[in-house]
Amino acid sequence: MADITLDADKVEELKAVCVKFNHDGGELINVLHAAQIIFGYLPAEVQVIVAEGLNVSIAHVYGVVTFYSFFTMTPKGEHPISICMGTACYVRGAEKVLDEFNKLLGTKTGETTPDGKFSVSSLRCVGACGLAPVVTVGEKVYGRVAAADVKGILAEYGA
Amino acid sequence: METVQLTIDNKKVEVAKGTTILEAAKTIGVDIPTLCHMKLEDTNFENNPGGCRVCVVEVAGRRNLAPACKSECTPNMEVNTHSVRVVNARRTVMELILSDHPSDCLVCAKAGNCDLQDMAQTLGIRQIPFQGEKNEYKSDESPAIIREMEKCIMCRRCETACNKVQTVGVLSAINRGFESVVAPAFEMDLDHSNCTFCGQCVAVCPTGALTERDHSREVLDAIVDPTKTVIVNTAPAVRAALGEEFGMEAGTRVTGKMVSALRKIGFDYVFDTDFAADLTIMEEGTELLGRLSKHLAGDKDVKLPILTSCCPGWVNFFEYNFPDMLDVPSTAKSPQQMFGAIAKSYFAEKLGKKREDLVVVSVMPCLAKKYECSRDEFKTDGNPEVDLSISTRELAQMIKNYNINFNQLEDEDFDQPLGESTGASVIFGTTGGVIEAAVRTAYEVHTKKECPSVDFKELRGMEGIRSATIDFDGLPINIGIAHGLGNARKLLEDVRAGKSNFHAIEIMACPGGCIGGGGQPYHHGKVETLKARQKAIYSEDESKTLRKSHENPFVQKLYEEFLGEPCGHKSHELLHTHYYDKKNVDKK
Ligand code: SF4
Ligand code: SF4
Ligand code: SF4
Ligand code: FES
Repeated sequence: MADITLDADKVEELKAVCVKFNHDGGELINVLHAAQIIFGYLPAEVQVIVAEGLNVSIAHVYGVVTFYSFFTMTPKGEHPISICMGTACYVRGAEKVLDEFNKLLGTKTGETTPDGKFSVSSLRCVGACGLAPVVTVGEKVYGRVAAADVKGILAEYGA
Repeated sequence: METVQLTIDNKKVEVAKGTTILEAAKTIGVDIPTLCHMKLEDTNFENNPGGCRVCVVEVAGRRNLAPACKSECTPNMEVNTHSVRVVNARRTVMELILSDHPSDCLVCAKAGNCDLQDMAQTLGIRQIPFQGEKNEYKSDESPAIIREMEKCIMCRRCETACNKVQTVGVLSAINRGFESVVAPAFEMDLDHSNCTFCGQCVAVCPTGALTERDHSREVLDAIVDPTKTVIVNTAPAVRAALGEEFGMEAGTRVTGKMVSALRKIGFDYVFDTDFAADLTIMEEGTELLGRLSKHLAGDKDVKLPILTSCCPGWVNFFEYNFPDMLDVPSTAKSPQQMFGAIAKSYFAEKLGKKREDLVVVSVMPCLAKKYECSRDEFKTDGNPEVDLSISTRELAQMIKNYNINFNQLEDEDFDQPLGESTGASVIFGTTGGVIEAAVRTAYEVHTKKECPSVDFKELRGMEGIRSATIDFDGLPINIGIAHGLGNARKLLEDVRAGKSNFHAIEIMACPGGCIGGGGQPYHHGKVETLKARQKAIYSEDESKTLRKSHENPFVQKLYEEFLGEPCGHKSHELLHTHYYDKKNVDKK
């Protein structure tokens, strides 16, 4: 499991969270939530710390992480791309836009490119239906995106 | 006791408050079909997720069918367990389960013993109308257990066994909905996890999702190889259960028939692991007395209690969970490994053969033994002490392959010298047996007097944790016993905390001890089966003329001719081992 080294300060922060929750296994979801905020994602190494901190099995932690789609085990890319798949965006072709991103980046939804630059995810309605289909890259919002625009958007970030 | 009256299938029933419909129906002889539910009475195994819905019944006045395993009886309830609606619902449930299940029955290791297959037959399912997407998972082959999760029906019995009963915590349901499955963390292989290979998940899995790694083909290959001398040895618990595979009542002793079948299969020597169990007692008993006398002489460094070490599932468990206490268990190897070590040294010399020319096969009630014999420290120049370890079930399968009419076989005796055993070694097969055997010998060695009685009944039973004090002629010896790893954990935590006043503790990983091992014929949730096997073990002990390990004449001869004395130099080399800290081994 020695694939990645975790930032020591963040590890301490997570351990403090376990203490705050009294090492109570019943608080697993809350602790994982906090862990994901600290690290941005939940790699195996983080799950091991949580398991030890709450005195539950690693298998159980992994079971919970894989059960809730909110939790993720892949780090977000430097430029996280999100495509809204709410009804309005969907009927206006958001799926084609999503497919185009995945095609150009060689990813599947939920994945990050091997160089760590981009990650692709789909979102529930972001409430900007007037702009459908909506794409966000980091903080920046793109409206009325068509598949043909994807290449240009990626180019802005050096792809 | 507060009771509830109700009717089930028009029969009046009165049961204690809190009883489920399933249990209430049983009291009037109505067996409602179940799939996910499993309860082993008198143990802490109870799996009741209410997930499969095969057990539905109709309750008058309720719109929805009720799962009998989850629904408590209420006053004046009218239950119908086999209305048309119920029968149709059960069929639909089964058809849905089967729509995501491979139709592999013809070649499945579990066929004939599979609860799912049985249920499909009971309900007369002849086609699967729902053709859905089928899940695919990578298969996982550890040295002991094979996981084929396409065959998993998410009953979660394995989770209950691993997490609740054994407290190993290797398995968990992961993902959600259609993709959900039971797996170790990060979907790593069992071999890389903290799995102890106790096999209790296999023992309760209703389908072919979890099975043992089958080595019987390799055994046959060795038998037909003219350059190999193939030696088999059989563990005590096997003889108390093998008959079940041939339709005999649980608890039928089949020692003689088993020996006869093994000869027919073509093993060159049919020996008994019990011989090595007697040897284990000589070593472990001597070690116990050694530590005890140092302790009595005031030596503060000596570790007590001494823990038995003949169960490899238990050894794995403490290597993972109690690495700070590796010097507490006895260093004596398990009988399986002692047998192999002696067969490939002493006996090989007698035959004038090299160890490479011998193939040692053991027949075990256990899956952890498959892993144990593959451990590196049990090899000499790469050659293992025990080459292949097969389960009771695999032996039954081999006997069937050979078209041997097991029930008609004449009784035969084991070969000598490694086939001689005492009653003490036979009881190794049940919880409490190893320590009773050790006490029979340690008592006489320590007091230099004969035991007043060989039957130490205070050490027997089925409770998960037991204790007794045995009077060694004025010296009280406190004995602890645990079976099931969850119970073992409790005793061990006391030892770690310095709260334990035991001198010796016997631990077996499997509920009931080896009679309930992961390689035994499936008990299908019947605890009576385990109890019947336990009785068979004690009656075999009683039937023996020699009942104390140190009286085994061939063991005595082995010490005279070859080993010297118990715990002596040669014994240490061949019959003792050491343990490893596995807590921090790389897991991925
Ligand atoms: S698990 Fe049971 S139903 Fe499934 S293929 Fe094997 S025998 Fe058949
Ligand atoms: S063999 Fe024992 S420890 Fe391993 S997964 Fe099964 S129940 Fe758990
Ligand atoms: S592996 Fe077997 S015991 Fe475990 S959930 Fe699946 S079917 Fe049930
Ligand atoms: S046996 Fe009742 S829901 Fe499975």
